[in-house]
Amino acid sequence: MRTFLMIALLTSSTAGFAADTQMDEMQSVIKTQQEQIDFLLKQLDDTREVVLALKEQVDANAQATAEANEKAEILADNMESQPVMAESSTRFGGYGELHANMLENQVTGEDSNVLDLHRFVLFFSHDFNDRTRFMSELEVEHALSGDGKPGEVELEQAYIEYDWATNQSMRAGVFLVPVGILNETHEPPTFYGVERNPVEKNIIPTTWWEGGLQFHGGFADAWRYDAAFHSGLYTDADDNYAIRAGRQKVAKAKFDSGAATGRIRWLGIPGLELSASVQYQDDITQETDPTAGSAWLYTGHVSWRHKAFGLRALYANWSLDGEGPEEVGADRQNGWYIEPSWRFNDKWGVFARYNRWDNKAGNNSDTEYSQWDIGINYWLHPNVVFKLDYQDQDAPDGKKELDGWNLGVGYQF
Amino acid sequence: MALLAAWLVILTSQVAFAMETVYQEPGEFLEQNLPGCQKQVLWLKNDTKARIEQLVSHPYPGVRIRYCEKEGKTAWVLDEIGKTEPITSGVIVNQGRVEQVHVLVFRESRGAEVHRGAFTRQYENAALERDNTLDRYIDGITGATMSVSAVNRQVKLALLLDEVVREKSDDN
Repeated sequence: MRTFLMIALLTSSTAGFAADTQMDEMQSVIKTQQEQIDFLLKQLDDTREVVLALKEQVDANAQATAEANEKAEILADNMESQPVMAESSTRFGGYGELHANMLENQVTGEDSNVLDLHRFVLFFSHDFNDRTRFMSELEVEHALSGDGKPGEVELEQAYIEYDWATNQSMRAGVFLVPVGILNETHEPPTFYGVERNPVEKNIIPTTWWEGGLQFHGGFADAWRYDAAFHSGLYTDADDNYAIRAGRQKVAKAKFDSGAATGRIRWLGIPGLELSASVQYQDDITQETDPTAGSAWLYTGHVSWRHKAFGLRALYANWSLDGEGPEEVGADRQNGWYIEPSWRFNDKWGVFARYNRWDNKAGNNSDTEYSQWDIGINYWLHPNVVFKLDYQDQDAPDGKKELDGWNLGVGYQF
Repeated sequence: MALLAAWLVILTSQVAFAMETVYQEPGEFLEQNLPGCQKQVLWLKNDTKARIEQLVSHPYPGVRIRYCEKEGKTAWVLDEIGKTEPITSGVIVNQGRVEQVHVLVFRESRGAEVHRGAFTRQYENAALERDNTLDRYIDGITGATMSVSAVNRQVKLALLLDEVVREKSDDN
């Protein structure tokens, strides 16, 4: 019994010891786990703080981004509200041309070699507002003007232009008469040939400007019109009533007889212009010659450019009333030319032109001129051109018949 | 005297006229020619801006250009100065080639012939060459040289911007 008790005691004490050990271990595990939980909870708290901080940061960044975007939009709006191209309301431009003419009179065999700064032109314009502007063109011809000098200083344009409606304008002042191809657009890079063609020069007569009032504008999409009321020509018997000699250039011009010019143009196909002009003057001698009277000018032209091919053709005819002009054959003065051309690229182009004109076409004598021109243009820049051409003239008996080479350089800006 | 009177009447009635001719509102142009397009903004980086300024030959003050895009096509509404006033045109570009050109608003006193379909149809299918020229000749209009030049610049600019947009989407 004692033994049994001893064994039981020993066993129970051993079991008790084992239970205690297990308890300790469990407590230790629990403690460790608790520490880990505490650590994890702390980490969780830390992470939460970090997340919150990050969220604040993200919110702040989003706000900063929105503010930056808003500022960029404001800046962009501000910049876009500026004009596309800042430009002064007062502008100037110009054009000029230097010519070398190496010609020979086929009648006398005499050479005529000339180097001439033919034209030096400055444009000045000013926009008073969107609708009202001033335009002027001041020209020095042949470089040197004055008594006995070859040149002239000329004011070819000086007018106020007012846009009185959409696509409708009016001009008051000195303006280029709306006739022909070259009279209004004659900057050297815009045409072939060193010299302007002799038909427009002697018949129209280019360059021709008058003072008065001009209306111009467009209608029905492809149509444009001009209607001008202005000073007129002043020819006389001493000049055989030649039209070109009648230009007064608005220099204390006689104004006993005015003139009216109308023009209509059709621009319905890109590259094509069809145009017709008519002018009436009721006394082309400004009431100084009772043997002369009214005069009519009719002109028509086509200007076409399609890809490399170009074509210009013009006809002009003056009819002068009165026995004075009729006696010398000046009652009819007319001419025409045709000019095909080929533009190889932006730089090179060639042309040929045939011209016929007669300032005494009303008589039965041989008074008609004809001229062939053939040549080449080289555009160093769209606004700078070098030109070379050869002219072969056929003149009436007793008149100069000039054949030879022309070389030129011209510019516009 | 009658002429002078007519002139004075015209001068005093100037407020009755507006010089701006709106052929089509820009929104209507987009709706009609690229319906359902997504409005986008192209911000102009320095190199893009340099290319634009080289192409149009004048400073370009903007820093972004808005456009509309749908199925690879882009629509651009652009302003360019003709002689003194901006001309507003709309250009639709499809993968580097012009699909349509419309002059939307014209403000100059002359040169309005550029809005005609006979002129703008010349640009259809045109592409931009490496030297900033178009791959075809555009017949001009007598007396409207500066307006023609402005529309040329707008079409070339639209083609350039379309190229920039496509380069950008390739990078992404």
